[in-house]
Amino acid sequence: MAEATGLRNLQIVNDWADDVAVFRGVPWGKAMMWIFLLSDTFIFTCFLTSYMTVRMTTAEPWPNPSEVFALEAFGVPVPLLLIAIMTFILITSSGTMAMAVNMGYRRKRGPAALLMVVTAVLGASFVGMQAFEWTKLIVDEGVRPWGNPMGAAQFGSCFFMITGFHGLHVSAGVVYLAIVAYRVWRGRYEKKGYDIIEITGLYWHFVDLVWVFIFAFFYLW
Amino acid sequence: MADTGQQHPISVYFWIWALLFVFSAASYMVDYLAFQGYLRWTLIIIFMMLKAGFIVAIFMHMRWERVALITAVLVPPGALLVLVGLMAMESDYTWLTRVVFFGADPAPVPLPPPSH
Repeated sequence: MAEATGLRNLQIVNDWADDVAVFRGVPWGKAMMWIFLLSDTFIFTCFLTSYMTVRMTTAEPWPNPSEVFALEAFGVPVPLLLIAIMTFILITSSGTMAMAVNMGYRRKRGPAALLMVVTAVLGASFVGMQAFEWTKLIVDEGVRPWGNPMGAAQFGSCFFMITGFHGLHVSAGVVYLAIVAYRVWRGRYEKKGYDIIEITGLYWHFVDLVWVFIFAFFYLW
Repeated sequence: MADTGQQHPISVYFWIWALLFVFSAASYMVDYLAFQGYLRWTLIIIFMMLKAGFIVAIFMHMRWERVALITAVLVPPGALLVLVGLMAMESDYTWLTRVVFFGADPAPVPLPPPSH
């Protein structure tokens, strides 16, 4: 019984054994967003793992991402130039999102809505650059989901599926941000409180988080 | 109703924001300077984990959450690491089979992308 008494003093044991709420003090919507993001983590990891598997098993040469995604700048090919810019844009948008959450809890709903709009615009520009990248790959370099002129055929299918699914998340996030920003600006959450901005922020930071892994495993490998 | 959310000094966010820029630039430099082999992989994984850690801990406020929520979110992905490990082992075996029995080239070189 001594052990049992000791365990019961642990916060985590009490929380998980609670009759009413496991996630004490956590707004319902936030707990649900975390659960959703956890399931999304599994989907993205399954994509990245299948990419790892085809890349490790293929005996065909894998196209060199450093060359494939190079861009000409001032007449010199710079490796991964566009990808680096996209990475910085996404990080910047994560920063403005964090500021928006902060402003929301300070009850400054004007600045909060404005920062969310800035975040959405940065997200939209990210999707625009991705569209440019896809166009370059399809039209100039002849990459298709079933083959490409450089090497292993699986390069295209992995690339289009992983970045496409991520791009879809960014696009959905831009719409989500726009809707919540509009409601914040209209003052809909003055009574309820501004948890909603933090919840939206969780989704947006997650999109940035996934990009960190795509950047490392797809572009830098 | 009172806000139950996370409120922290703005300076914390600015610091993390700057750090994320630095780590991103650093991992880009790994490719730009064309580091290869174990050095490349060690650096890429370190910068990736640092960035992911800071985003989850600070921007997503994980370090200020209760342990119950932290465990609910961070423990299940451990299963994914097992999946990655299993698939990596299986991949080595498949690749070796292709090289040994199909006579595939063990160190093939990709063609450069068509330039315009």
